Amino acid sequence: MNSKIIIYSSFLTGFLSLINIPIVQSETTQHLEIFKLKETITNNNQDIFTQDFDDDFVANENFNQEFAQQEYEVPDTNEENEENWPSPIEDDEIFWLLLVDRLEYRASDGKDLFYWDVQGWVGGDYERIWLKTEGEVAFAEKESGDAEIQLLYGYLIAPFWDLQVGLRYDREYGPDDDKGRVFAVIGVEGLAPNLFEVDTALFISENGDISARLEVEQELLVTQKLILQPRFEINLAAQEVENFGIGSGVNDIEFGLRLRYEINRNHAPYLGINWIRLVGRTSDFSREEGESVDNFSVVGGIRLLF
Amino acid sequence: MKNPLNRRNFLRLTTGLGLAVGLDYLTPAHSQPMKGQKAVQDNSKYSDVIDLTIQETSVKIGGRKATGITVNNTIPAPLIRLKEGQTAKINVTNNLNQDTSIHWHGIILPSKMDGVPGVSFAGIKPGQTFTYEFPVIQNGTYWYHSHSGLQEQRGHFGAMIIDPIEPEPFEYDKDYVVILSDWTYEDPHDVLSNLKKMSAYYNNQRRTIEHLSDDSMWREMRMDPTDIADVTGATYSYLMNGLVPETNWTGIFKPGEKVRLRFINAAAMTFFDVRIPGLRMTVVQADGQNIQPVTVDEFRIGVSETYDVIVQPRKEEAYTIFAETMDRSGYARGTLAISKGMSAPIPKLRERPVRSMKDMGMNHDMSGMNNNSTMNHDSSGHNDHGSMNHDASENMDHTTMEHDMFNDEAVMNDSNDFGVGNAGVPMMVQSRLNEPGIGLENTGTRILVYSDLRNIIPGYDQRKPDREIELHLTGNMERYMWSFNGKKYSEEKEITFYKGERLRLTFINQTMMEHPIHLHGMWMELDNGAGQYKPRKHTVIVKPAEKMSVEVNVDVTGKWPLHCHLLYHMKVGMFRTVAIADRPVEAS
Ligand SMILES: [Cu+2]
Repeated sequence: MNSKIIIYSSFLTGFLSLINIPIVQSETTQHLEIFKLKETITNNNQDIFTQDFDDDFVANENFNQEFAQQEYEVPDTNEENEENWPSPIEDDEIFWLLLVDRLEYRASDGKDLFYWDVQGWVGGDYERIWLKTEGEVAFAEKESGDAEIQLLYGYLIAPFWDLQVGLRYDREYGPDDDKGRVFAVIGVEGLAPNLFEVDTALFISENGDISARLEVEQELLVTQKLILQPRFEINLAAQEVENFGIGSGVNDIEFGLRLRYEINRNHAPYLGINWIRLVGRTSDFSREEGESVDNFSVVGGIRLLF
Repeated sequence: MKNPLNRRNFLRLTTGLGLAVGLDYLTPAHSQPMKGQKAVQDNSKYSDVIDLTIQETSVKIGGRKATGITVNNTIPAPLIRLKEGQTAKINVTNNLNQDTSIHWHGIILPSKMDGVPGVSFAGIKPGQTFTYEFPVIQNGTYWYHSHSGLQEQRGHFGAMIIDPIEPEPFEYDKDYVVILSDWTYEDPHDVLSNLKKMSAYYNNQRRTIEHLSDDSMWREMRMDPTDIADVTGATYSYLMNGLVPETNWTGIFKPGEKVRLRFINAAAMTFFDVRIPGLRMTVVQADGQNIQPVTVDEFRIGVSETYDVIVQPRKEEAYTIFAETMDRSGYARGTLAISKGMSAPIPKLRERPVRSMKDMGMNHDMSGMNNNSTMNHDSSGHNDHGSMNHDASENMDHTTMEHDMFNDEAVMNDSNDFGVGNAGVPMMVQSRLNEPGIGLENTGTRILVYSDLRNIIPGYDQRKPDREIELHLTGNMERYMWSFNGKKYSEEKEITFYKGERLRLTFINQTMMEHPIHLHGMWMELDNGAGQYKPRKHTVIVKPAEKMSVEVNVDVTGKWPLHCHLLYHMKVGMFRTVAIADRPVEAS
């Protein structure tokens, strides 16, 4: 190592003397000369600076460049196999999101209930595992409700679209009966033109029943912190499933309008309204159960981003 | 914690940094503003060996406690002053519990000394000392920083000044380094996570429903016209020489003195617009290279660029050095004054700009969107053409101009399929070198533009490039994915340059954001219409929908990174290695 430096220093000294510039001795300190030039700054771009340099400079630079490329001995500790070097950047890291989009209390004429809608993912740029759950708990004389959970594998198929496949499990419970069923899910989630957030999926139940859902929402900024979120959802079924109170065709439509205040990005309480209308045979089933088919509620809750 | 400042190191350090720098650097930046060093000091010394120790240190930024990654216990890291012609020998000791590195930004050196883990060397392991050794064959203003993970965001950066052998073609009385940076109290990795969760996480300047109809086009394209900076003043404090605006870093002058300010943008993610109300600035160096002086009122400095300017304040008063962020969400500030404690009014932040259809490669006239014939006649493109070439040929002889491939006509962006990693491809691409950049278009003042930059001497190699490589800058903002040619580093790692060739590298920005593209180890000669006098740069800002070319002399060996210098863009994949190979027989 030391001998290299000596060889190099002498090379440098020789090189510098060759081109007639003051020798910088690498082993001692160097006093700076005082730089003063005739020219002061000019504000017009005349080529006055080019005259000071002749062809020598050009040649020197070329030589400089080659000179700089002399390989230096790298200390032993670093002479590992290049294959063991780390990657210069880690660009396939795993990230995750947990969005409690709606966690709210719904107050309406009939019965009040508590509702949640949570989405999360973990994964990279292209592949992600998604978890989605939503459900409600009604506070009638006896507690009842329903819940659903989806576990999906998502793949980025277009710049704004994720294809998702997986399973969904539904559970309905109440004082009288408790029942659940499993679906296969295939859907797409993403951002449509005009910034509509779209989540749509096709469900095939364990009994072969087919249904579908479309959710569309938007975010409209009233101010930087006040955000209005209109929302639309429609559920459809290909056939009647009386056991679960579902008719064929359109089952229900839902409109929501929520105004949230972002204390910060992660915490945003909101107020809003929600209207659900059951349609067709589904509404008949509901009536038979003695439940309302037209449900307007005032909601209040919080949106959380983790 | 090891104490790096034992007596031996202490002596070496003070020598290494030169008396001009003195002890100020040995105390954390918050407690002691950086003193400017006089340009010319007879007793300045250049040491043979410089010792640097990297460790986590508790620092105070703007009165708030934080833990930063420091070099010799300071943020910014100590100024390293070298002399052209000497051999730099720098021992770097890692006292962190993770790997670290130092990359010498803009320095031409052997590839093994470039300091990029995984490309140049293995990195510096905890407890290890690595010795950098390279001949210093250039001069000017440069800087150095960690190339490991997100360490740069935590304070691991410093200035590197190389004094020239030949006298400089301008004179000045005082010399100050002005390092601009962005600081967050958040863990930088959390910042990235937040961007992955929601790309507009830090944008608190979005447009509201008031502009719903104005934005219909943007909404249609699923884009946000206020997407100017990914990380903003929502989390950042902006620092000048490590100090918040309130601390007010101050450089002292005597009226009539010429003051050289060496601006270094060491921010992780922030472009700054720099002005000194009441003073015009004469830009004499760009990226450490002497340029033909240009006097301006303001300049934009992209991440990792440097500009040296000379100002001559004549009045006995204070002047504010105002570095406003491109997205107008904050500013760094300092003062030039005749004595400490003085200050001048701080300008108001200007309104944050909004992306125009030009940033999407479209005519300002939105009706032109579906009509290619109007696209081709983008009037601004033609104006540019006229003014540029005319301007350039005034000083240049015309024969060289003919050889110049410089062209700024807007052309259809025919390459527009980059897969899922790219969203929102511009319709047209064109040169935007004569545009000051977003938010500076109509200031009524003289703004530095890239077409102003002109080397003071002709480049030593005037060969015409015989090969061209097109590199598309791509991204999917919705998912916070950034890449080249639609592929991130882990998907496509290497580009091959041929040893000895003169290469034309053409960047085509397929995204709606500016990217500062940095090539290690070789100069990029910006093809800006300057003929033989192309400016040499280590980093070039490529504007949205811009097509820009640089010429590269491939006179080096080894492997070198080429990447976007926005730290989080690089981190998620906007990175390539350049391998220097022998030219294949067929191709020669
Ligand atoms: Cu970038």
